[in-house]
Amino acid sequence: MLTFAAVVVTTALVLVEVNQEQEVSRTLLYYGAAYLGLFATGHIAVRMLAPYADPLILPCVALLNGLGLVLIHRLDLAGAAEATAVGEPIPEGLVPRQIAWTTVALLLFIGLLVLVRDHRMLARYGYTCGLVGLGLLALPGLLPSAISEVNGAKIWLKFGLFSIQPAEFSKILLMIFFAAFLVTKRDLFTTAGRTVLGMELPRARDLAPLLVAWGLSLGVLVLEKDLGTSLLFFGIVLVLVYIATQRVAWLVIGMSFFVGGAVLAYQLFGHLQSRVTAWLDPFSDYDGAGYQIAQSLFGFGTGGLFGTGLGAGRPDLIPEVETDFITAVIGEELGFVGFAAVLFTYLLLVMRGMRSALAVRDTFGKLLAAGLAFTVGLQVFIVVGGVTKLIPLTGLTAPFLSYGGSSLLANYILVALLLRISDASRQPAPTTTGRPQAPLAEAHTEMVRRE
Amino acid sequence: MNTPLRKVALALMAMVVLLLGNATYIQVFAADDYRADPRNRRVLLNEYSRERGQLIADGLPLASSVPTGGELQFHRRYLAGPQNAPMTGYYSLRYGSGGIENAMDPVLNGSDGRLFVRRLSDLITGRDPRGGHVELSADPAVQQVAFEELASRDYSGAAVALRPDTGEVLAMASTPSYDPNRLASFDAETQSQAWGDFTSDENDLPLTNRATSSSYPPGSTFKLVTTAAALESGTATPDTQLTAAPTITLEDTATELANFGNNRCGSGETAPLTEALASSCNTAFAQLAAMTGEEALRAQAERLGIGQQDQRIPVRVAPSTVGEIPDTAALQVSGIGQRDVALTPLQNAVIAATIANDGARMTPEMVDTILAPDFSVIDEFEPNQAAEAMSPQTAEAVTDMMIASEENTSGGGKISGVTIASKTGTAERGNADLAPHVWYVAFAPAEDPRVAVAVVVEDGGDEGLDATGGSVASPIGRAVIAAALQGDQ
Repeated sequence: MLTFAAVVVTTALVLVEVNQEQEVSRTLLYYGAAYLGLFATGHIAVRMLAPYADPLILPCVALLNGLGLVLIHRLDLAGAAEATAVGEPIPEGLVPRQIAWTTVALLLFIGLLVLVRDHRMLARYGYTCGLVGLGLLALPGLLPSAISEVNGAKIWLKFGLFSIQPAEFSKILLMIFFAAFLVTKRDLFTTAGRTVLGMELPRARDLAPLLVAWGLSLGVLVLEKDLGTSLLFFGIVLVLVYIATQRVAWLVIGMSFFVGGAVLAYQLFGHLQSRVTAWLDPFSDYDGAGYQIAQSLFGFGTGGLFGTGLGAGRPDLIPEVETDFITAVIGEELGFVGFAAVLFTYLLLVMRGMRSALAVRDTFGKLLAAGLAFTVGLQVFIVVGGVTKLIPLTGLTAPFLSYGGSSLLANYILVALLLRISDASRQPAPTTTGRPQAPLAEAHTEMVRRE
Repeated sequence: MNTPLRKVALALMAMVVLLLGNATYIQVFAADDYRADPRNRRVLLNEYSRERGQLIADGLPLASSVPTGGELQFHRRYLAGPQNAPMTGYYSLRYGSGGIENAMDPVLNGSDGRLFVRRLSDLITGRDPRGGHVELSADPAVQQVAFEELASRDYSGAAVALRPDTGEVLAMASTPSYDPNRLASFDAETQSQAWGDFTSDENDLPLTNRATSSSYPPGSTFKLVTTAAALESGTATPDTQLTAAPTITLEDTATELANFGNNRCGSGETAPLTEALASSCNTAFAQLAAMTGEEALRAQAERLGIGQQDQRIPVRVAPSTVGEIPDTAALQVSGIGQRDVALTPLQNAVIAATIANDGARMTPEMVDTILAPDFSVIDEFEPNQAAEAMSPQTAEAVTDMMIASEENTSGGGKISGVTIASKTGTAERGNADLAPHVWYVAFAPAEDPRVAVAVVVEDGGDEGLDATGGSVASPIGRAVIAAALQGDQ
């Protein structure tokens, strides 16, 4: 599978070079080989450290990441060509940085697999993770803009050479916290409260954790103007609570909170209003807020069913195309077919994660795996939906595809955890009967099902 | 806990389905709208990133793509734009293409099958796909004379010159003309203003190529067709005596038909067919048309190419027509090229060329050679005989009458030492207040024709109601012939 991914990525690279009139040289093969080597290392590490882990997850990641690198390289070439045309010096490409990030991320990925030999140990650090996560999340908002603000969003920590978005990491830390918290407290949520309109509502004080989560995500939104992340957080918490309690009521309450919050935020924040206007009709403010989405739609439309071919389109017309709008490059140059293939790759990755959640025997593992997998799925939905005008644009990276170190690092951590849980779920059960049974040592995490 | 997990998994799948559904809408159903949106610069950038082939005439690049060094990599330039516009056509991002630019687009943009092998090798060698070139049969010197003769007098009209033995188009001028450079501008504003100017009635529709797209009543030039029909069907010989009366009453009507200036046809009671054509006697030809009959006339017209649908040379040519002929009176009027008869200038040139070519009608063609991007020859035009329109004897007889007609024709520009065979036409337009469209069709040298021309000037040119084919159109035709014969030597 990994070889398949390597062949696809190398072919994509060759196509880019051909279409961008670069010389097709032997170097391309070396790139392909280096890529294969990098992920082969990752693969061997997984086979050694988590031998039973799902064998499809890493190839999916490798394919997406490799495709991302090719696309960023392709945008580098476009940038260089434009600079040459107007007589400016060729800007430094983004791809060397992204390759460095990929390498770091893979090292971190392996390190994490070494360090975390059993995912259940993470549950013990639940509150620590929660606190660190909140701290990281709040940090850029509290720090002066000089080191935390890029393009009006206060979500960065700028270090000399590089900058990171701490929210990407707090996403995972908070998820560990929520999963651990829900495992211990989920009885509280299922306690019957008053019945309103035929629906069992939880008691007010049981709402507290949800209210806190909601409040925090809105807090992030207020302080840091980061719509995408707050939407993502909110969705994750809601789904985790739903999985833990199996109460649809929570979803209804959560959604009503969301609607209320969204309406309130719409009234309060100008930048949210302009986003919504740009979503409803990007062409009404073509030269302003709607420009980016309009260009993205032009890209998708021009690509049509089969696309213009890699390197043969003009995705560089879309501002910020290498981060949030990278899927628009796919839509334009690989067409609907390529776009659908990428979405299915994501879906495969997410479904493999969900399968691990279904198969793993402990509740914490179930919740964490579901949360991690859902995060990827929801993030893809939010960013791709935004780019294709299905929902308002809120600004998130496409996992593994987009340019950006924090996103890449965080997503590799996410996959490492997912593989760890997957490894646990697929370990052969001690008994020979079809149904895997929980070993006695894990019995305390096995909850009685309440339907 | 697995039930909600499954539901969440389903929800995730639903999200992907939603995204795919939305993408289907954007990329399949709404794709054309997005592609065609003038604000979408992708199509424009793509079109201009390719080196479009040249349109060449006699070694001169009439249209070529010039590298700009900018974001839009190539700019389409036209040499002597208005003069050559009917030969080149236009190529505009906003308004599409027209003329040869449109008809030969697959070659020029490099997608034509004949360029396939080269495209493949371009792909392998990593070079940009380039378009092939099109060499036109036009002679720029003749083209220049044809255009200037019309344009310098502010005439609305057209002139076509053909090589009788091959059908090659030597010149094709149409006035008022337009400058395709303005439509190829990078500036959208310039383009849209140019389009407005070129398609407005007020400016007399400069974008219309009158030589191929407009048809006019041919007037007396149509007597050539009637004569050929009469001779071919055996109804008459050149010596057949026809009425010389200055007026006649049309069959079964009270309508009078008169000769030009109410003149008698010659000095006798009757005049031979040769005399009738040389003097362009309407009454004699009304009689001849009635004698020949509708069937023979239509058959002759068809053999000469009139009524041909969907003709492409490769520019599309509007069909010419003989029109409805419900009764004998209508036949008589149609026989002198009035009523519903309508010919394009190109069609009238084809008639002259066919007579010049011993009755063999050659398919007219504007393209001579198709060249690869490196100017090696890929495909060459082969002369094609479309029909044996009349016997060589008939063609010779008509030629003799046309030589006599030329001798009777006024107007300047006679070329010493060259015998021209011609016929003029002064087509009335059903209303005595409207100045006639005037014609001149000819070929030369009569004994060994190397060029055939048709000239039409709308609304009597600068002579208004007094205009005749001889006074207005013939000097233009002779100048074109002179230019063509000079280029031959």
